[in-house]
Amino acid sequence: MAAPTLPGPEAAAGAAAPAPKRRPSGAARRRSLLPHLVLWVGVLAALFPFYWSVVMATNTTRDIFSTPPKLVPGTHLLENISNVFARIDFFGALANTAVVAVVTTALVLTLDSLAAFAFAKFEFPGRRVLFGLLLLLFMLPAQLSLIPQFLIMRELGWIGQLQALVVPALANAFGVFWMRQYMSTSVPDEVLDASRLDGCGFFRQWWHVAVPTARPGLAFLAIYTFVASWNDYVWPLIVLVNPQVQTLQTSLAQLNVSFGTDYSMVMAGALMAIIPIMVAFLFLSRWFVADGTAGAVK
Amino acid sequence: MTLTAPSGAAGPGAAAASAGRGRKNRLIRPARTGGSQQRLGPVYLAITPFFALFGVFVLVPVVFSIWLSFQKYSVLGGIGGSEFVGLRNFEFLVQDATFRRAIVNSLLIWVLGTFPMLAMALVVAAMINSVTKLKSFYRLAYFLPNVTSIVAVTLFFGALFSEQFGLINQALAGLGLSGVPWLTDPWAMKVVVATLITWQWCGYNAILYLAGMQAIPGEVYEAAALDGAGPVRQFWSVTLPLLRPVILFTTVISTITTLQTFTEPQVLFGSNTAVNPNSGGPGQGALTMVLYFYQQAFNNNDYGYGAAIAMGVFAVVLVFVVINFRLARTGDDR
Repeated sequence: MAAPTLPGPEAAAGAAAPAPKRRPSGAARRRSLLPHLVLWVGVLAALFPFYWSVVMATNTTRDIFSTPPKLVPGTHLLENISNVFARIDFFGALANTAVVAVVTTALVLTLDSLAAFAFAKFEFPGRRVLFGLLLLLFMLPAQLSLIPQFLIMRELGWIGQLQALVVPALANAFGVFWMRQYMSTSVPDEVLDASRLDGCGFFRQWWHVAVPTARPGLAFLAIYTFVASWNDYVWPLIVLVNPQVQTLQTSLAQLNVSFGTDYSMVMAGALMAIIPIMVAFLFLSRWFVADGTAGAVK
Repeated sequence: MTLTAPSGAAGPGAAAASAGRGRKNRLIRPARTGGSQQRLGPVYLAITPFFALFGVFVLVPVVFSIWLSFQKYSVLGGIGGSEFVGLRNFEFLVQDATFRRAIVNSLLIWVLGTFPMLAMALVVAAMINSVTKLKSFYRLAYFLPNVTSIVAVTLFFGALFSEQFGLINQALAGLGLSGVPWLTDPWAMKVVVATLITWQWCGYNAILYLAGMQAIPGEVYEAAALDGAGPVRQFWSVTLPLLRPVILFTTVISTITTLQTFTEPQVLFGSNTAVNPNSGGPGQGALTMVLYFYQQAFNNNDYGYGAAIAMGVFAVVLVFVVINFRLARTGDDR
């Protein structure tokens, strides 16, 4: 999920301003059809699984597995959806997933931007050592710490509870690293100096100067964290041992294990699980692709 | 592929930031005199919550994990009841035929799932870079698979590749060809997992390449065009060499994440080892290293051996990342 890095100045401006002409010749114009052709093949490949899942979710399993199969959406969507509701606690899982994603994102934004601001703009004893430690552990693969994390959760009595998903996710070195890079270039020293002359302490500088100017960077971190939390599978699979408390991903997998032969129903569940995140992404992406670059690429 | 925090975002952003490293980033020192003096207390207070959590949930677990890999850990006895067994877990690991199979499976999935994907991503990026219309649409469409959850994606593809009735085998049958046992043949299973990875990550990498391409100044191309280089020649002689850092970055990240593939084979083939010794698919054809780790640690509750496997996975990944860098450097000498 690298959206904020995508940007290229062209991309940011491209939507509004006409792109500068690179090759003015007429031959180039004819040649320029070929890339579109190639790209559309790729777009179809990228979007086809979504289309096919809609086809499956709106037909019965028997219809899609008949020969020849049904290739267009049908009329059985509601039936499939109600089958999902009958088999898993979909709304419970949706609520759990949403609560975990929202709380995790809010806390990550707060904690990481505070720490990042300190690293980006202040000199203090231990600064280099702490940041080095952060980077070092950031590079280690997650499964190195999974077993102890699980044992710690058990000691805390959090197994099967939602805080087991939220709290470890807050130790997110990526967020501090990203926000530090972002803030060190985007937060202007002059404004910080001025605010200090006005008597602002660290926290007021953070809230009144750093947070507003680093908003595009924060927006990226928010989307990144939210999507990662929403889609996480491994950790919920390990700690959510209680069948009553599940997230969308784990209950989807469970749906597949127990009722995998009813493809239409499983697809209806999968579609419902991705729709919220897709809508959020489509809704936010333009804004944050355009904005994210402005600050990041100086 | 979610086991590592996908640090992709740090890529070009980080590159941009380090490019700016030469520029002085003024730090506020506590000792500065005058009215603008900064007290240290609040600064430490600001980093404390993060580092407290980081210590408890990352630093301690990593050290604990290393300790565990030298223990025989009994679930009932808890930490006090574990027994130091020296290198026995590691001795077992190097002789473990199943782990060896998991390494081979992971490497094959890595080869099948990384290199064609990155090549396609390069082509896609070059194409998007060359067009003026629909740019934003393409970026969005190609990026969409990446925000979809791996579980949902795996279910989509599981249905597409379903052996008896799946669309792909039906299409093959329609062409008069015999169907492929996608979910039971050891090779076909790896192809399915690699296809999944390719579908989900191609657009992501294309977007990274695109960012790199857009950073190449137009004058370079103008100079090449003056020298008579056509678009294809320009791609090989200008774009590719200048894109080297981004290509290396994406190769390293893809290597790290693909070698740790877990969710795809787990959802497609991973039943509990306690009930099904064939977990990881028929013939364990899609048993990856991390799936094996998960089964030993969390199905069999063998924490000591699980920790040793985690170290083994780390070692394998490290070796291949180093190989990536070596190859990149030999390219430099040329």
